[in-house]
Amino acid sequence: MTTAKAAAIILAKELRLEFRTRELLTATVIFALVVVVLFSFAFDPTAAESRRYGPGLLWIAFLFAGSLMLNPSFAREQNNETLDALRMAPISSFAILLGKILANFIFMSLAELVLVPIFAVLYNLSLAGIVWRLILVLVLGTLGLTVTGTVFSAISAHARMRELLLPLLVLPLLTPLLIAAVESTASLFAEQPALDRTWLAFLAGFDIVFLTASWLLCDHLLEE
Amino acid sequence: MKARFTITALVALLIFCAGYAALFIAPDEATMHAIQRIFYFHVASWNAMFCAFFVAFYASVAYLVTGKRKWDALGVSGVEVGVTCCTIGLITGPLWARPVWGIWWTWDAKLTSTFILWLLFIAYLLLRGLVEDPEKKASLSAVFAIFASLDIPLVYLANRLWRTQHPQPVIAGGDGSGLDPTMSKVLLLCLFAIFCVMILVLVDRYRLELLRNEAAELRYEIESRGLDATTDYAATPALQKGAQ
Amino acid sequence: MPATQTPAIPARIGILFDNVEKRFGSLAALRGVSLDITAGEFVALLGPNGAGKTTLLRMAALLMNPTRGSVHFTNGPAIVSDRVRTQAFVVRPKHVIGLVGHSTLLYDELTAAENLALFARLYALDNIADTVATALEDCGLATRAGSLVRTFSRGMRQRLAISRALLHQPSLILLDEPAAGLDRQGLAWFSTRLARLKQEGCTVLMSTHARNESLDLATRAVALAGGRVDNDSGTTGDPRALLAALRAEQ
Repeated sequence: MTTAKAAAIILAKELRLEFRTRELLTATVIFALVVVVLFSFAFDPTAAESRRYGPGLLWIAFLFAGSLMLNPSFAREQNNETLDALRMAPISSFAILLGKILANFIFMSLAELVLVPIFAVLYNLSLAGIVWRLILVLVLGTLGLTVTGTVFSAISAHARMRELLLPLLVLPLLTPLLIAAVESTASLFAEQPALDRTWLAFLAGFDIVFLTASWLLCDHLLEE
Repeated sequence: MKARFTITALVALLIFCAGYAALFIAPDEATMHAIQRIFYFHVASWNAMFCAFFVAFYASVAYLVTGKRKWDALGVSGVEVGVTCCTIGLITGPLWARPVWGIWWTWDAKLTSTFILWLLFIAYLLLRGLVEDPEKKASLSAVFAIFASLDIPLVYLANRLWRTQHPQPVIAGGDGSGLDPTMSKVLLLCLFAIFCVMILVLVDRYRLELLRNEAAELRYEIESRGLDATTDYAATPALQKGAQ
Repeated sequence: MPATQTPAIPARIGILFDNVEKRFGSLAALRGVSLDITAGEFVALLGPNGAGKTTLLRMAALLMNPTRGSVHFTNGPAIVSDRVRTQAFVVRPKHVIGLVGHSTLLYDELTAAENLALFARLYALDNIADTVATALEDCGLATRAGSLVRTFSRGMRQRLAISRALLHQPSLILLDEPAAGLDRQGLAWFSTRLARLKQEGCTVLMSTHARNESLDLATRAVALAGGRVDNDSGTTGDPRALLAALRAEQ
């Protein structure tokens, strides 16, 4: 069976599991909202300040929420040792990883779909005219986040204190992504919205580097 | 044993010479005067740090490819030494910056990247501490080290694109940079001296790790033969040959 | 990564453990186990807890690599499952191996039918709906096909776990205390199923430390102790002596 097909089966399974309970999605959205609201206590932004600090806030909220949400990805599979069942099946380990990455990408994107409009309302930022470009930035940024987060979920599943370990491993690693995503988003929220090609290219580069590294190293992540 | 002692003595001598040179032989810098002398050790520790982390990266890849534990031992040694050098750099930096520029810290490209580097490899050490099975510990930390190493150029690039406030590198910078020839010589001496110290510490740490592994192996052998680790079996001839 | 290939299913497959050692840090689970199981044998793996039975089975299921030594599959495609560190193309006969483990290997938040369908897809079986329906019918869970596994009793979960393991018609069947949790009906169904598999020529490796009817099907008994083979009735020998001796001890 090709990796793509196997990954699709795993993806379907992940989606089915999550949509049955929706607990992870709900928790992620609420948590990100809490972060956004907490930031509002730190300062009361004027319109210009919103434009300057808003994107940073947004992506920090996503990063925090993401690093918590991505942990159960592999941790859940320790229930009834279902990961063993997947590893025994005649599929490549990359298929398992890819299926989970795609599932997490979808979940994170859904959460963002809810959060971004709310955020725009809370900080009085207009989304008019920049929606598609914003979606592009969100897609590239979220992809980097979910690739690294899912990989590190696999790593920290073997460790103690994994809920604390995952953010500790992932957040420093994601700082370039944070910078690129924030800059791209900020240039879209600026007075003259513009798509910053340099940062977009950087985001794409980041995604490619880490996806390739995951592909090369996936056997070591899952083997025993 | 003798070789190690000689080498250690030589390196100690080298450091002494380098220190003396940095403090007394190098000319006084025009604007910063005495405090500038920290530059020799500051730059040298960055250099040592990069070498140590490169060793760690190479060892991580080698471990994943060959599966031999010695590479894992080299990897952790490289990271520990690298983190130490990084800490030295991060401390000497502010010590230099404060009197010269009036600020302890600034979030410019180089400093931020280095701080992230430090955080990443501290995370590596934490990861190792939290995984119990030695094989998993080795392979997972190797994977993480590779990810971290791939990340570093990206961190630097991102920060560089974002802001630049660090003074132009004195040696390889643009126009107007360049060192007084005596200073260059002293710098090279210090670079080499600190590099040698780093290698020495690295090798010692590597040896320590190998010894620890060997001790664990021996303990395992003893247990697997059902023997007691505290009894002196050498004294009982009957138990010496392959008793199981 | 190369996609795993699905060659023609070999009718009979044996397994060879060559001086296999498995360490978990300072804990030795297996210390030099050498065992040659020919195709079609029904081996009862006996021994107290901690003897290494589970580790041996998991290694046979390709879930872990030995620290030293190797595991070979014989009579099927010439495969060597070794501690391969390079990214070489290794054929591992996953599609002919089925394991019933300590845990159920089932997703609690999926229904019985969904669980089986998932694995049917992963093993690339034909006619998924029919296969799943037949399997559920066979183990007596057809009426609960649409219920979440979370709502099942222990016995029902075990039955489903066994069904899942046998869904892709493996020729090498690894069972780790499969009777645990089964009620009388379940045990009867399980024995019948096993007998049928034995008839079809499947190789079975079953670990147990409780007496159950399935042990009558055993053609060979291997006792493990402290990670080593303590006693082996052999391919041509009579397992009943060992089985009786151990049954008396429990």
